[in-house]
Amino acid sequence: MERAISFTLNGKPTRVTVDDERMLLWVLRSDLGLTGAKFGCGAALCGACTVIVDKEAVRSCSVPVKDIAGKHLLTIEGLSKNGQLHPLQEAFVHHSALQCGYCTPGMIMQAYALLLKNRRPTRADIVRHMDDNLCRCGDYNRIVEAIQEAAGATKARAS
Amino acid sequence: MKPDQATLTENGALSRRDFLKLGGTGLVVFFWVGPLDAFQQAPQPYAEAPPSTPTDFNAFLQIRPDGRVTCMVGRVELGQGLQTAAAQLVAEELDFPFDSIDMVMGDTDVCPWDVGTFGSQSMRVLGAILRAATAEARAVLLQMAAEKFNAPVERLQVSDGVITDPAQGKRVTYGELVQGKRIERHLGKVPLKPVAAFKVMGKSLPRKDALEKVTGKAKYAGDITVPGMVYARILRPPAHGAKLKSVDISAAEKMSGVQVVRDGDFIAVIHDRPDMADKALALIKAEFDRPQTGLDDKSIFAHILKNAQPPKVMAESGNVAGAEVANPVEHTYFHSYGAHVAMETHSALAMIEGGKATIWAATQMPFLLRDRVAQALGFSKQNVRVIVPYVGGAFGGKTNPQNGVEAARLAKMVGKPVQLVWRRDEDLFLERFRPAAVVKIRSAVNDGRIVLWDYTVYAAGDWGSITFYDVPNQRTVAVPVAETAWRKQDTAGGLHPFNVGPWRMPCAVTNTFARESHMDVLASKAGVDPVEFRLRHLTDKRMRRVLEAATKQFGWKAARTPSGQGVGVVCGTTYKTYVATAVQAAVEKSTGKVRVERVVTAVDAGVIVDPEGTRQQVEGCIGMGIGCALSEEVRFSNGEVFARNFDSYEIPRFSTMPKMEMVLIDNPELAPDGIAEPPVITMGPAIANAIYDATGARLFQLPMTPARIMQALKQS
Repeated sequence: MERAISFTLNGKPTRVTVDDERMLLWVLRSDLGLTGAKFGCGAALCGACTVIVDKEAVRSCSVPVKDIAGKHLLTIEGLSKNGQLHPLQEAFVHHSALQCGYCTPGMIMQAYALLLKNRRPTRADIVRHMDDNLCRCGDYNRIVEAIQEAAGATKARAS
Repeated sequence: MKPDQATLTENGALSRRDFLKLGGTGLVVFFWVGPLDAFQQAPQPYAEAPPSTPTDFNAFLQIRPDGRVTCMVGRVELGQGLQTAAAQLVAEELDFPFDSIDMVMGDTDVCPWDVGTFGSQSMRVLGAILRAATAEARAVLLQMAAEKFNAPVERLQVSDGVITDPAQGKRVTYGELVQGKRIERHLGKVPLKPVAAFKVMGKSLPRKDALEKVTGKAKYAGDITVPGMVYARILRPPAHGAKLKSVDISAAEKMSGVQVVRDGDFIAVIHDRPDMADKALALIKAEFDRPQTGLDDKSIFAHILKNAQPPKVMAESGNVAGAEVANPVEHTYFHSYGAHVAMETHSALAMIEGGKATIWAATQMPFLLRDRVAQALGFSKQNVRVIVPYVGGAFGGKTNPQNGVEAARLAKMVGKPVQLVWRRDEDLFLERFRPAAVVKIRSAVNDGRIVLWDYTVYAAGDWGSITFYDVPNQRTVAVPVAETAWRKQDTAGGLHPFNVGPWRMPCAVTNTFARESHMDVLASKAGVDPVEFRLRHLTDKRMRRVLEAATKQFGWKAARTPSGQGVGVVCGTTYKTYVATAVQAAVEKSTGKVRVERVVTAVDAGVIVDPEGTRQQVEGCIGMGIGCALSEEVRFSNGEVFARNFDSYEIPRFSTMPKMEMVLIDNPELAPDGIAEPPVITMGPAIANAIYDATGARLFQLPMTPARIMQALKQS
């Protein structure tokens, strides 16, 4: 059903009038012009489309837009503040934790959700939380190290 | 002689004489001359002779009045870091700040012609040309400054793009000298900087693409938008070889905003939202006649043995036919079809305006795509422009121009810009898979030494097939790569039931699995530790060195196999890179699941230019190699592909990754060789050997799935 749906997108009140059964990924990409979340599988199997809805990482390819009405949505585009990279973004650059970069926005958003809940994740915590996000270039170990580094930085900044 | 027309020697290497002609003074010191990828020598995709890479530096470099330099190359950034490495090279040879160099890549209207980005050869081949061009440009700039200052060239100094004459206290920047004009002056070959003088090369610099990629600003083909664009989905058959019998498009056409276009069996739906195009496609009712080939992922191997083109003797020494052996050891090794599955599926946006087509595409071969689009649209090549934004991984899979050509056809049919992003099942269906292959080895050992090695490979090709171990009576029978189906980009209906193509280190992945598994079979039979057994048969110093380095770092404990330790070792070489890998793996005997715990890889790829980049490529190879070893298999039947998404084609994930250690052997007397592919070949056999060492069960087929391991455990 086509209707107006309101939510907060990267801190700004947003309203779209669309068929509310449409998946969030496509509304983000083709209606709101935010292409950071990627299409990889269309079936919540790869994590390239991961965004944050009310502090939880979700697969935007499999979440109907009606489910985010009234909620807070954070995408990769909203992660850096005033030109200042988020510690996760800095750590991904520092560890060269990317090659083709296609999975990177999803990886960072998935990791962001972890750090919201667990400020000091162990390596095992990170692997468990990240395991359904796929990277074909094989930078998994670097990503784990980047998340560990960012976790330290996040804590340092918060204190 | 043009590099893309270079002649190949029988082992695939460019001859030294040809290389001297190609590279010019000084290059031999630094740039290794490797075998060119087969694409380079035989322009199969072209009906005519391919154009050539220019050598005029104006084609690559633009010194802008604003003080920056633009470097244009026809190659593309797939994730391998070429954008950074090429800028690094230009910065070094031009004496110009790295941060002030802007790369323009893969734009056919702006960049000089290029064969394509594959075969780990961008630095080996393009790098040599780019470096020579840049060095010449610098020399010309110095000459221009000398004239301007009325000073001898020798007196001038250059740093960060500023030329100074200390005697007169004068200075001029490159930008001021050139004033945005084309430089119509040439000096020919000029000496390159010696390695010892490098300031920028040899350092690990931050990737130029990192900031855009971590902020979501990096644009891939599917992220490009133009006003008035629409989204297309194409009707696909359920199986290769299926023929459209009947189609009912009425329900799709009734959907609001949908346009259905058709040209024979080429049927597509168009909508101004991508997911609504998905919905419309699902409304098309189509019936197909499906082929009954009887071929599936099990019967394919007998089919290959029966129908594969007859291999030829590629190497022979001693007396294989006449060798009389008491107890020959014979085994057959199998390798299933594999898929590339880059995270980004094939994607393109095509726009036709004023008789000119522009295609933004995820491709490894922009110039090939341009020519194919021109052909499909009936346009001249000048009226087709291909632009390649960031590519989300390729691994050989994006040598296929089909997606971009389809987008262009649709743009013409619809009269609007069309985006075509293949969905995952579609991408897997239309893959050019790594071909399934079979290797037969007949051999014998006597007194702890191999006395006979008779090796035949079907359907893969000869790269990596000839053994580097010393065996008195040996023969290698294979199809030369240039004649293989995958090299010819064979389409469905030939030997293979679907398209096949190059997959990260073609042939050598299969050949290394067979050879190195069989080496362990023989070591076990001889009752000799597998490292000691290999060393006994190795005189090649570089190979001995990587093997010794890897096993030392690993802490290898010599033992007869199976020792119960779960360790495996492998040697391999491809291009001119040497690799040895030792792994530790655990096998869960109740399920057949394997956990690779630790991998130590030693690599000798000549002089190391970028240590961090080298490590990252090796890590990527280890990861992909584990997938190839344990899980990646294309299941199919009667042309239907059952690999449809990441649940039916399993690639490695975080929890799959072992602890990785690398020993990078710096070999400063040798120029750098490819590193983006070679280590991948060692993983399959290293894990197979570790499984045997752990359990006594020998696996003869890749991938070594839990089901195959359980079966092997039962038989052991």
